[in-house]
Amino acid sequence: MTPTPAVADEPIVRLRHPWRWLAAILILIVLAQIVVYVATTDAFRLDLVAQYFFDQRVLNGVVTTLQLTVLAMLVGVVGGVVLAVMRMSDNGVLRAVAGGFVWVFRGTPVLVQLYLWFYLGTVLPKVTLGVPFGPTLFTASTSDLISPLTAGILGLGLNEAAYMAEIVRGGINSVDRGQSEAAEALGLTPGQTFRRVVLPQAARVIVPPTGNEVITMLKLSSLVTIIGMTDLLGAVQQISARNLQTFPLFEVAALWYLLITSILTVGQGMLERRFARGHRGVGSTLQLAGA
Amino acid sequence: MTGAGRVAAPMVEARGVRKSFGRHEVLKGINLTVPTGSVVSLLGPSGSGKSTFLRCINHLETIDGGEIDVAGRLVGYRRQNGKKYELKPAEIAAARRDVGMVFQRFNLFNHLTALENITLAPVLAKGVPKDAAAERARQLLSDVGLADFGGHYPSQLSGGQQQRVAIARALAMDPKLMLFDEPTSALDPELVGDVLDVMRRLAEQGMTMIVVTHEIGFAREVCDSVVFIDDGVVVEEGPPAQVLGNPVHARTRAFLSKVL
Ligand SMILES: Nc1ncnc2c1ncn2[C@@H]1O[C@H](COP(=O)(O)OP(=O)(O)O)[C@@H](O)[C@H]1O
Ligand SMILES: [Mg+2]
Repeated sequence: MTPTPAVADEPIVRLRHPWRWLAAILILIVLAQIVVYVATTDAFRLDLVAQYFFDQRVLNGVVTTLQLTVLAMLVGVVGGVVLAVMRMSDNGVLRAVAGGFVWVFRGTPVLVQLYLWFYLGTVLPKVTLGVPFGPTLFTASTSDLISPLTAGILGLGLNEAAYMAEIVRGGINSVDRGQSEAAEALGLTPGQTFRRVVLPQAARVIVPPTGNEVITMLKLSSLVTIIGMTDLLGAVQQISARNLQTFPLFEVAALWYLLITSILTVGQGMLERRFARGHRGVGSTLQLAGA
Repeated sequence: MTGAGRVAAPMVEARGVRKSFGRHEVLKGINLTVPTGSVVSLLGPSGSGKSTFLRCINHLETIDGGEIDVAGRLVGYRRQNGKKYELKPAEIAAARRDVGMVFQRFNLFNHLTALENITLAPVLAKGVPKDAAAERARQLLSDVGLADFGGHYPSQLSGGQQQRVAIARALAMDPKLMLFDEPTSALDPELVGDVLDVMRRLAEQGMTMIVVTHEIGFAREVCDSVVFIDDGVVVEEGPPAQVLGNPVHARTRAFLSKVL
């Protein structure tokens, strides 16, 4: 019989982290103090916050903010795809125009752009559609065409398009050349190849940062109050201008923005999983049979 | 091959094909005739221009000189009034539907299942109804031994399975000609046989095939002729027994001594 070697099975003493514990306790104490302060300080007027949270004017403001976000993002995404395609085109004029667009719209503050769109009527009183140097087909006054809403959508959307162009371009470049070659070798036209093969795969790369852009847009859209739109921020400003309960009403706005961005964050996670389709680590039918 | 009753027009006829990338001339006047129904393998050292030539045949590359006919039609141009007019993208796409291509790295569409990979082009490019295309795709999948894998994404398939799906995808367009660019080079050795079996059966069914390969066994057993390309020109061509067994040219001998 060979002697069994002694098994090293003494109890293990884990490394202790006293500083972590201390830091955590301190932070919890500070948080508790804040909560108690908010709950016991009348100036926060939590009763008013609850009351105005579902005020019709605030709800209308929320709807306007959501509309503006969706429409501006729509302009941004479509514009971004168009700009990205233009920037990768063989046509030098298209490339230059797209580059110039991105240069201008990323090089100026969106706040300034909003003002410029809003006051466009002062330099361009009439918008005319017709044959260049030929007959006119359609004329309208700019101030009729550019309402605060259109100015907001154009200002936010075109600025967004300049940023989306880079995101879309990165996504398209991430798709292997072999994918479009295979599609073209099968006899798909360049348009079909782009829409059915390249773009859906680029989406996997485009969607996550676009989700961030939506969340940023939701918050950025509050800038339109300066051109007189009654979005969520505009609504609470108007109410507080009358009742002078400024802090509680901005609390209402902050809570609404936070609620919507939280929902968007959850939705973003779900979308990302959906677009990861066909890539390693997803799909429930994984069977790597040798066959 | 002469006297074998192959009177049909050649499927591919390349005359003096030239192609440069920048100042680097890759194809220096390739002449090649591929009779309808024959299987031709292209052999040659890496960088000799085999892939480039294959890609010229379905106009993935534009040639700089010479011309190529596929099934009697000029590739990339329309001949009219003594001039060659460049084809429009839609016309090029239409011409490519007759030519299937299988790539070294499979290039299956990653966002689509095996079945969807096969049905995409027939539905989009030929207007085949979805049901009919899916029916056909299932048949093709079972032909390549993958009847149960229609719902799998490429990332869920082995290399050999992906390549067989890629062959099925090309066949779904009912091509007259199949181009294979080193179809087994990216595969683990034990998966090569399945892919070669599929290609062998295709050859037996009379498909015209041009195969770039280093599988000398396949070239010897399946191909009607072997073409040795080096430095952008056809150095030697003939029946496999001759080119592989008794090469005339020193460059062919040097190459074969490395791969055999
Ligand atoms: N798109 C391209 N741009 C520049 N050079 C290329 C391109 N494709 C191929 N080449 C060059 O052409 C030569 C032949 O390439 P290829 O046809 O792929 O050879 P093979 O398939 O015989 O190995 C190589 O020197 C390669 O670097
Ligand atoms: Mg090659």
